[in-house]
Amino acid sequence: MTVTLKRPAPAAPPTGAVSPFRHRLSAWDQKFSPYLYISPFFLLFALVGLFPLLYTFWVSLHDWHLLKGQGEFVGLANFTNVLQDRFFWNSLGNTMSIFLLSAIPQLIGALFIAAVLDQNLRAKTFWRMSVLLPYVVTPVAVAVIFTNMFGEDPGLINNLLGNFGIEPIKWRTDTLPSHIAIATMVNWRWTGYNALILLAAMQAVPRDIYESAALDGAGAFRRFFSITLPSIRPTMIFVIITSTIGGLQIFAEPRLFDPTDPGGPQRNFQTTVLYLWEMGFQRNNFGKASAIAWLLFLIIVIIGLINFSLSRKIASADTKKPGNRAQRRAEGKRK
Amino acid sequence: MSLLEKGTARKDSPVSGRPARRPLRQRIFGNGLKPGYLTYGLLLAFFLGSSYPLWWSVVVGSRTNEALGLDWPPLLPGGNFWNNVSEVFDTIPFWTALWNSILISTIITVSVVTFSTLAGYAFAKLRFRGNTVLMVAVVATMAIPTQLGIIPLFMVMRTLGWTGEIGAVIIPSLVTAFGVFFMRQYLVDVIPDELIESARMDGANMIRTFWHVALPAAKPAMAILSLFTFMMAWTDFLWPLLVLTAGNPTLQTALSQLSSARYVDYSVVLTGAVLATIPLLVLFAAAGKQLISGIMQGAVKG
Repeated sequence: MTVTLKRPAPAAPPTGAVSPFRHRLSAWDQKFSPYLYISPFFLLFALVGLFPLLYTFWVSLHDWHLLKGQGEFVGLANFTNVLQDRFFWNSLGNTMSIFLLSAIPQLIGALFIAAVLDQNLRAKTFWRMSVLLPYVVTPVAVAVIFTNMFGEDPGLINNLLGNFGIEPIKWRTDTLPSHIAIATMVNWRWTGYNALILLAAMQAVPRDIYESAALDGAGAFRRFFSITLPSIRPTMIFVIITSTIGGLQIFAEPRLFDPTDPGGPQRNFQTTVLYLWEMGFQRNNFGKASAIAWLLFLIIVIIGLINFSLSRKIASADTKKPGNRAQRRAEGKRK
Repeated sequence: MSLLEKGTARKDSPVSGRPARRPLRQRIFGNGLKPGYLTYGLLLAFFLGSSYPLWWSVVVGSRTNEALGLDWPPLLPGGNFWNNVSEVFDTIPFWTALWNSILISTIITVSVVTFSTLAGYAFAKLRFRGNTVLMVAVVATMAIPTQLGIIPLFMVMRTLGWTGEIGAVIIPSLVTAFGVFFMRQYLVDVIPDELIESARMDGANMIRTFWHVALPAAKPAMAILSLFTFMMAWTDFLWPLLVLTAGNPTLQTALSQLSSARYVDYSVVLTGAVLATIPLLVLFAAAGKQLISGIMQGAVKG
């Protein structure tokens, strides 16, 4: 490139003398171009992201009906209404229960899969693709398939259990079984995905640490718990945070698990987003639905902050943690 | 499958002619360098767990509802697949749904990747007032779940008379804060400042610099962002369910329509699930490696 040659005379572009007009044009170009590049994002985001969120709050302060439109200003009545609504608390409890039933087994399963994948394997790409396969099945298809497998009357799982003399389980009508069924859908789709994230972190741990630990007589389990787990803690926190945000918004799976009643016959697996949908688009009460949206938003923010401060604390307790960038670099080198 | 395995295995270890037989314990548990049978057994179990539900839909989808009543589930497909397929085509506008999904996901992907690359480049490499503050704003908005704004968005779409049109699905997803953040993080490391400086000294204006310096460097990240944006748009369910009608659906809403019919024929529903999954399986076969490396480069979650 001609770059280095031009260094001595930076002020003089190749054409020589520049007209003042072009000079000014270039100055404008430098000053305003950055704003031009970021403006499409901000304009569109303001329109389709920020405005709806703020307007949701405005709607939540009114009596507002899907068809009749804006009604009286009612202040915070919708909010107090929601907070006294036992169906709201029911949905929140269901969301939390399904979230815990998916997050914890998912993390353990992903760690296990990642540890198995983190070896000198043959056909590496094939095995990685095989654990990622469920991720390309959309939540709707996952829900349809598993709803069938968890069928109550004839259903794959109940049939199998029946062969061992186990009574059919009421997957849809009973609360805990329904939560397990829905959590299974989420876990099936996401465990392999999270395993790959954890695998990337595991591969960034320098191999010589393992070797010297092995020489010192540490077995595979000891090495996993004393070396692997502490080294990948930041990534584990990342996985937990993202699955929290996703877990609180789960909709397709519970919606399709019982197509007629949103959330089951006794709302036994109605999640908060599903309740929000029912309130807004089945019962047409936009005011109350907007209040639910805002409360859900606040809960997500609060849980996000708790997660964040917890991870800060854990991260600062770590003396030597591989940062994301360092990980990526190490990853690149290995390839 | 076994062919594939053999092929790759040979490539991986070209000199594994005939090693001395290892002791049984090592063959099962591995010896620290080479994993043993146990590892491959587990991997096989993961593979079966990942693929069985899909296989189950193929099995039931190619039989009739009777397959569901059997005490021991059938393991092989039956002969009723094409009947079920035509039943699916009679019940839902499958081709319209497929076309809508392709169109929606493609337009959203092009838009998100274009605007994210532009903004990400500006945030990563250009100096301007408010750079830091605006970037913090982008990061903060990443936490906002967009589905919380569905009520006003729905009201707007209804007022404009756009409900039922695929434009109503596309517009709310034209940009994502995540995309901007992702491109910025990538470009900050990848483009040396000197390169931009020198392009400028060569007399290139800003957009030329972007085109000739930033864009080529950004390509790998753009590919990954495309994949994930496409997946996200393709899998979206709640919003299309609200604004689209049964006659003009996406693949996801059409499939849900199929499964909530009054008299559900499960073999037909599962045939629908199989048909709806094929496009992404094709994408997975073509770009699975990139998807894996995208995930493993961290910080991506659709």
